[in-house]
Amino acid sequence: MNPQRAAWLFLAPALLVLGVFFLLPVIAALVLSLTDYDLYALANIHNLRFVALQNYWALLQRPLFWSALGHTVYFVAVGVPLSMGASLGAALLLNSPLAKCKPFFRTALFAPVVTTVVATAVIWRYLFNTKYGWMNYALNALGIHPVDWLGDPHWAMPTIILFAVWKNFGYNMIIFLAGLQAIPLDLYEAARIDGASSWRQFRHITWPMLGPTLLMVGILTVSGYFQLFAEPYVMTEGGPLQSTTSVLYLMYDEGFKWWNLGSASAVAFLLFIIMFAVTVLMLKLSRRGEHPDGAPA
Amino acid sequence: MNPRLAKALINGLLIGATMVALFPLLWMLSVSFMPPGGASALPPPLLPKHATMSNYRELFVHAGMSRYLLNSLLVSSAITVLSLAFNLMAGYAFAKLRFAGRERLFQALIGALVIPAQVAMLPLFLLLKYIGLVNSYAGVIVPGMATVFGIFLVRQYARGIPDELLEAARIDGAGEWRIFMQIVMPLLKPIMVTLAIFSFLAAWNDFMWPLIVLTGQEHYTLPIGLASLAREHAQDSELMMAGAVVTVLPVLLLFLAMQRYYLEGLLLGSVKG
Repeated sequence: MNPQRAAWLFLAPALLVLGVFFLLPVIAALVLSLTDYDLYALANIHNLRFVALQNYWALLQRPLFWSALGHTVYFVAVGVPLSMGASLGAALLLNSPLAKCKPFFRTALFAPVVTTVVATAVIWRYLFNTKYGWMNYALNALGIHPVDWLGDPHWAMPTIILFAVWKNFGYNMIIFLAGLQAIPLDLYEAARIDGASSWRQFRHITWPMLGPTLLMVGILTVSGYFQLFAEPYVMTEGGPLQSTTSVLYLMYDEGFKWWNLGSASAVAFLLFIIMFAVTVLMLKLSRRGEHPDGAPA
Repeated sequence: MNPRLAKALINGLLIGATMVALFPLLWMLSVSFMPPGGASALPPPLLPKHATMSNYRELFVHAGMSRYLLNSLLVSSAITVLSLAFNLMAGYAFAKLRFAGRERLFQALIGALVIPAQVAMLPLFLLLKYIGLVNSYAGVIVPGMATVFGIFLVRQYARGIPDELLEAARIDGAGEWRIFMQIVMPLLKPIMVTLAIFSFLAAWNDFMWPLIVLTGQEHYTLPIGLASLAREHAQDSELMMAGAVVTVLPVLLLFLAMQRYYLEGLLLGSVKG
């Protein structure tokens, strides 16, 4: 058999699946977002009309879209730094030569990552129960009044953020740990001989050496957090007072509750554009942040 | 800092973090054995006074949990086997077979990773409705039969296979398919295990797509079944904790048994992604 043909035969099944069930739908989503595809069009395709950018225009004028975007940005802006901070902190602890039983701690800290979001979200709903939850019980012991965690519009999103940090920090912890282990030990040795404190060693060796890893992890985590959906679906159903309705939650409701598939596709595309813009921005900012001489001040 | 103090501090922090990570899971296990209403007390009980299996009995006899468990096993296994086969073939082709446009096609695939999967979900639903796969196992399985991540992982690994080995087989007159089955596959075994665990866990935990495509209870996977139970039985914390145990335990045990492969794959997939 000719090797060219063999290669294409090997590729065919995967490319077919990705083409038909991913690429084609993505293109179709773009087209769909320019139509008024709704329940009537679902019943009879002849009711479908081309509306150009009207879905996008209508969305940009809907307060619900802006509030959903606001909640999502809140989740990303607070959740990502907290998550990455927790991951880096745990990785630094695990990487310390003074730490004991490292494999045990590593496995235990990673365990929440492999659990099912829906199941653990259910657990958190009860841990943060106003009356019988452990969280309020512990706060009460410290003399703090009970908080209606998931029932108060001010506290619902912070509770979901805490949940997301707990669930996800182990993933990046493993990546950071590998990054830390790749830093040559003699750098620290030299710094210690020069009398640099632990903080200065972190600031001038660990942090810059970890730079590329931090950027990659940051971009991946931001993209992941923009796709907030299952947590509010299970913990709050988007409430209270729609305070945890995310962009994807809006897309799901718009598309599969009200069957406004045209408008829902526009929501999906707007989310994609925003995520793409944020990724590009992060890459640009990181490039500007690099010192041309590379020497720490 | 005094090294003994530093040692105590670091290990103390690790113990504290581990307790935070594990407490919700251990508490879930404990509450699942409490009788109905047993967890609604102050102070919140840590252990059941009289352990009972009644929540599990209720789940499996009346709430259809056995059906959800079987559905999850079926769907996740099918996705794992099929995507493993397709990703292995494609990843190997990208790594070791020469064809026109190879690098550009691969770059395009990697580029497609920036598109969130949810963008495709609305038209995908219409497409599957058109071909009659909505509310069927196939509806959940079919879009998961190949992944860019899997192809990438296999390609990274397969690049390490020496070309001389393949050339020698070709000179001996072996066909491309035989080379793949008899020489390449055995060499790819470690990455096969890694990818299989990854695919299985991802399929098991997947929520949004099955929620969309499965419209009837008879096909629900565990996460969908559990979410729907949680809406019906919001007050029955003990029952819900038992449901969470059934959902989480299989993947947690799988991870514990195979964690070396899983963590290796995680790192391999994240270098230069």
